[in-house]
Amino acid sequence: MAHILLRHRDIPDINKLEVYRKNGGFEAFKQVVTSMKPEAVTEVVKASGLRGRGGAGFPTGLKWAFMDNKNWPHYVVANADESEPGTFKDREIMENNPFQFLEGVAISAYAVGAHAAYVYLRGEFWQVAAFLDERIEDMEKAGLLGGKLFGTDYELKIYTHLGAGAYICGEETALLESMEGKRGQPRLRPPFPPSFGLYGKPTVVNNVETFTNIPMIFSKGADWYKALGTADSAGVKVFSLSGRVKKPGNYELPFGTTFRQLVYEHGGGIINDRPVKAIMAAGASSSIIKVDDKALDTPMDYASVRTLGADLGSASVIVIDDTVSIEWVISKTVEFFKHESCGKCTPCREGNYWMMHVIERMEAGEDVEANTELLLSVAKQMQNKCLCALGEFATMAVVSGIERFPDDFTTSSIGGGHA
Amino acid sequence: MSLTEKYPQEVKKILAKYPPEQKRSAVMPLLYLAQRQEGYATRAAMQDIADLLAITPTDVASIIGFYTLFHDEKEGRYRMQVCTDLPCALRGADQFLQELCTNLQVQVGQTSEDDLVTIEEVKCLAGCDKAPMFQLQGENGIEYHENMTVDKTLELIEALRKSGKEVK
Repeated sequence: MAHILLRHRDIPDINKLEVYRKNGGFEAFKQVVTSMKPEAVTEVVKASGLRGRGGAGFPTGLKWAFMDNKNWPHYVVANADESEPGTFKDREIMENNPFQFLEGVAISAYAVGAHAAYVYLRGEFWQVAAFLDERIEDMEKAGLLGGKLFGTDYELKIYTHLGAGAYICGEETALLESMEGKRGQPRLRPPFPPSFGLYGKPTVVNNVETFTNIPMIFSKGADWYKALGTADSAGVKVFSLSGRVKKPGNYELPFGTTFRQLVYEHGGGIINDRPVKAIMAAGASSSIIKVDDKALDTPMDYASVRTLGADLGSASVIVIDDTVSIEWVISKTVEFFKHESCGKCTPCREGNYWMMHVIERMEAGEDVEANTELLLSVAKQMQNKCLCALGEFATMAVVSGIERFPDDFTTSSIGGGHA
Repeated sequence: MSLTEKYPQEVKKILAKYPPEQKRSAVMPLLYLAQRQEGYATRAAMQDIADLLAITPTDVASIIGFYTLFHDEKEGRYRMQVCTDLPCALRGADQFLQELCTNLQVQVGQTSEDDLVTIEEVKCLAGCDKAPMFQLQGENGIEYHENMTVDKTLELIEALRKSGKEVK
């Protein structure tokens, strides 16, 4: 099947404006601006079943419909912070199919009556931001951004904004704080961004991949889109496959593709043909799936992955083989979250600090059994107490790792199985 | 020389991105500008940005402290920031970093003797399928280098060293 999001793999030079337009680019934007009421645009997105691709899977059309119409102006912000370990899909989209992403942002802006949209990129995407700035300029020169679009009164500007290296800024309220020129620390919610967002104004925040779906939903229809994927997870997803596979990379596949298909048919199987031991389906923020035949044959959609005691999240699938110790895996994830905790709420700031300490003790060979118990207890005490999802995410690999792989937390196994 | 004197066009362009009453949003882009020449933000530059945006130098300093890509101290001309997070580590990033450091005779966090390059360990850079990988932060912004080996990296450092001499 031809790609819907990674279309550059089928159409060379689609990152050039004339090529994108030759392939139907900006027809959808023109159609909605010249012939549809904003509310009708949102209805189409609702009908498509599209859910947010940043990890939470919230229905996109519903989010747009929540925008507070008594408070203006409205903003649209694209979340291009892509910082979850194991996720590298938005970067490929922006580098290679930038106009489809920007057209999605533009359609969203029209649907919610916004005249300014921002693309918040992680600071490391310096080159991507410079590239997008040039593409935005291409659009301005072609009359696809600016005033009097397609002869109507609608006007829109798109700007890029660079972060500077903070995982937490992928959390939408921390991202908005950061855009306002402050430290990226999450806000207490509610209120949510559709009522209190950028500069306190109603704001749609969606992931890059989410926006990139939008033009195709208008050019081919909501029913066409909904028919792809599964009942609860419509459409296609870019799966970022990493870890101990022969062919890591991004794979655009319908929801419902099984782990086995992704790992073996697309990923070429495991390095040295070892058995798969574990899979983390949502990057470092995953409960670790203990892999057996049943797990490998589970379809990758939001509901099915939940039956394995895990989440699909942003579909950053990290594959772990039998040479790797799960104790080492969680030492890596805890180190990550300890570094990235923003420090605002106590359970996350202190909890991650202590989890790291206890792991260091275990690795030094100090009473492994007692320290494993302590580690599990610290993780469980953090759960449901943190201000945002980061603190919760930090506990998931720890709790699932200890509970599902107890053999990796014994005196004799500690220190073995580093990759 | 103040930032506005040094980069008048760029300062204007940055400020134009945000509503006039929300100019504090420009603090991060202005910090990138301030770091361009020396690789870190000087006290004078912090004051400059504070004046431009009507915030305090402490506000500016708190932004530098919070975000890992802003610096208030001089280090090597380039910062080589190697990702050793889980997906990269599953593909040999820890070993790569260790061997690189041994070859350069530095520890992680240290700068080469000629002040050319500081080796740092960083968190996920969204290049997990192309590990070992790192980013190079220097006067021209940030560049990614992916699917690297120690030999290729040493060659890159040698090329940077030569280009630096030519500039002088």
